[in-house]
Amino acid sequence: MSSGSGSPAHARRETFSGRSAFIFAAIGSAVGLGNIWRFPYIAYSNGGGAFIIPYLVALLTAGIPMLFLFYAIGHRYRGSPPLAFRRLHPGTEVLGWWQVLVSLVITVYYAAVIAWALSYVWFSVTQAWGDDPGAFFLNQYLHVSEDFGLTLDFVPGVLTPLVLVWVAALAVLAFGVQKGIARLSMVFMPLLFLLFGALVVFALFLPGAGRGLDALFTPDWSELTTSSIWIAAYGQIFFSLSVGFGIMVTYSSYLKKKTDLTSSALVVGFSNSAFELLAGIGVFAALGFIATNTGQPVDEVAASGVGLAFIGFPTIISQAPGGVFLGVLFFASLVFAGFTSFVSLIEVVLSAVRDKLGLGRVAATLGVGIPMAVLSVVLFSPSTGLNLLDVTDAYVNSFGIVAVALAVLMTLAVLINALPVLRNHLNAVSSFRVGRGWQLMVAGVTPIILGYTLINSLQDHIRDGYEDMPGWFVGTFGWGTVVGIIVLAWLISRIPWSTRSALDAPDLDGKPVAGPVLDPAMDGKWSHETGAQS
Amino acid sequence: MSSAAVWMMLVAMATVWGGLVLSVLHLMRHPEEPEE
Repeated sequence: MSSGSGSPAHARRETFSGRSAFIFAAIGSAVGLGNIWRFPYIAYSNGGGAFIIPYLVALLTAGIPMLFLFYAIGHRYRGSPPLAFRRLHPGTEVLGWWQVLVSLVITVYYAAVIAWALSYVWFSVTQAWGDDPGAFFLNQYLHVSEDFGLTLDFVPGVLTPLVLVWVAALAVLAFGVQKGIARLSMVFMPLLFLLFGALVVFALFLPGAGRGLDALFTPDWSELTTSSIWIAAYGQIFFSLSVGFGIMVTYSSYLKKKTDLTSSALVVGFSNSAFELLAGIGVFAALGFIATNTGQPVDEVAASGVGLAFIGFPTIISQAPGGVFLGVLFFASLVFAGFTSFVSLIEVVLSAVRDKLGLGRVAATLGVGIPMAVLSVVLFSPSTGLNLLDVTDAYVNSFGIVAVALAVLMTLAVLINALPVLRNHLNAVSSFRVGRGWQLMVAGVTPIILGYTLINSLQDHIRDGYEDMPGWFVGTFGWGTVVGIIVLAWLISRIPWSTRSALDAPDLDGKPVAGPVLDPAMDGKWSHETGAQS
Repeated sequence: MSSAAVWMMLVAMATVWGGLVLSVLHLMRHPEEPEE
């Protein structure tokens, strides 16, 4: 344990230059691949136009309240997730590491998808996929192996852009919070809106665009009475806003003391959804074109995820007039949206290690970033990368992100009753004030939905396995990852904080950071000068 | 496009993009306070 006396002078915590820098960075983090390739299909397959109702309800009752919560934690306790939770209550550090390790796992495979998109910007120009984009993607580009497992059979076409993506991200991060992360988002986000806006305008003029929009927006009101549409809406909001795995805690820890947290969160939450809606219009206009051109119904061409981006879109690009333009806009948008989210995920890990070990930014970027990059390259550039990515993504999403968010909410709301303190903190600095309704959303509505989702996925995966993958493969890389993360998080949280760590660092104004939610007397090990309780 | 689809598209745009405009206006009405 550290003690207050005789500890070394701590470097002042980095800060964003102001509110708008933070908002751009937070939008850069929230707007990612899921906005472009997940939302349109989820909306289409869950009631079409009727989906807007559960979607808005989910945004207002779960998405934005969760942003408020995590901004409050990061801002009040001034730390990466492990440090912020350690300060909030000494027993909750493990939750922070759980979030950090979820981010780490997502980071290593997310990089691969950005690398593919980068390759496809160029492939759009040359129309490299010829007549069969599916075969090109799986066989000629990824060289997907029929074997499951790990090989070192590297695919140079993936390896090169993957290394490039990592080098670029670590270079941005080495510049720090304001000069690196914030500047990146302040350039990339407006550019993304411009590029995707151009894509939408272009797609709307394609023949058949109206058919796609008709499919996306025609409401099926009967769906509103089924639970699946509501679960889908909450799931979309939850995954799309990237709440629950530490990014928002980390970014808000870099805010100045007087920052309007809730009003910023409203802008971030609505910007994310605004872009998502734009993506829905662009993607379905393009799908309407291809359905018309090939004489198929829209439901036969509608898709999401990797299949939509790397097989569906190339087909559209090949057939559309001016397809090269459409292709470059689409894949560049994926790269811009993905890259800012990718940087935010790495920052969660860097920030946590820096806080715990007291490392400088460049040292952490190299010391932590390079091993992550090596892991990413070794796992996801060989021919076995796609299957590994598929199973890891499915399990980390269903059981990592959802489980850690549920654990955090239940701990804060039930075990340590932290919500009143966090609510007071929000209201002390923000112009949009929250009351008991917010607590009800965070402690009631959201945990019920998350719990239901978690139990549903558990039942499905235990009963059916995952796709047709062998049990040992799913066990090792799916369940193994999810359980391994929790065990490792617990082990790391047992490591004591050294005197070099940021645990005893004062706040930006030199005063002590807020003390734990419970009375310090209840925890004999607590040696902090705790400051006043709210 | 059917009229139901057009209506729902307009509703989605009005609520989501309108929400963004309102939240930005709210933010602008409460400018950042300078640090002490």
